[in-house]
Amino acid sequence: MALDASFIGRTYPPTEVYEVGREKIREFARAIGDANPVYTDQEAAKALGHPDVLAPPTFSFTLSYTAAAQVVQDPELGLDFSRVVHGDQKFLYSRPLRAGDRVRVLISIDNIKSLAGNDVLTVRGEIVDESGEHVVTSIMTLVARAADEAAGE
Amino acid sequence: MAVSFDEVEVGTELPAQSFPVSRATLVRYAGASLDFNPIHWNERFAREVGLPDVIAHGMFTMAEAVRVVTDWTGDPASLVEYGVRFTRPVVVPDDENGAVIEVTAKVAQLLEDRRVRVDLLVTSVGQKVLGMSRAVVQLS
Repeated sequence: MALDASFIGRTYPPTEVYEVGREKIREFARAIGDANPVYTDQEAAKALGHPDVLAPPTFSFTLSYTAAAQVVQDPELGLDFSRVVHGDQKFLYSRPLRAGDRVRVLISIDNIKSLAGNDVLTVRGEIVDESGEHVVTSIMTLVARAADEAAGE
Repeated sequence: MAVSFDEVEVGTELPAQSFPVSRATLVRYAGASLDFNPIHWNERFAREVGLPDVIAHGMFTMAEAVRVVTDWTGDPASLVEYGVRFTRPVVVPDDENGAVIEVTAKVAQLLEDRRVRVDLLVTSVGQKVLGMSRAVVQLS
């Protein structure tokens, strides 16, 4: 059954504060194999004018995806997560996340549509710092495949 | 060292790169990203849901691809916008070689305020794995 389009525009309460940790950034940079010192060396980051080490560009997905659980697991929406694959991902940056940032994620549903029997759900996550300034927006499209198709990513 | 807007034109190619992916890479990425979906580390599970084998996290592939852009500009803070479509999985066999993600990129459009759009071509085993892969960067 198609998802209820009246959920378009729905917003969810801001998440708890997430504090971006220097060692978590280091772990993430190592996991993607990126040796850019701006992710690990404070002096290298300062040399480029940043107050502390930066998080790699896709680091924030962990935050926005965790926060999107509010939508994905919303019993009223009724998404069948076992059939969901990540279709598209986009980031809009005001600045990079960096160590010491204390941020919240504001989740909203941008769009819901049905394409060839699949439910297509666009979830927006606005990551803002403690002063409310925008850091990065994550726009993810989740596709819940029609029940008779194989799963995958 | 930073790339200047005045140095680039439509068609300027960024240095291409290849990124190896092994099962160990995926386990490490799962831990760092907190994405523990078993399709990324459990071959039995992956096959049960119709995949040919374990596949790389789409977000891992997205993270690798943009390194071509951030290595080119030197400062990841140059990134203004970055988006991809996950079109085909990167299958990662459990052998010595694993998989390789190949990334090429070129300047597709000159924008206002010394920004440029870079289009990426991301393939594995000769097949495109990310579609509509685009970044906008602020140059000096």
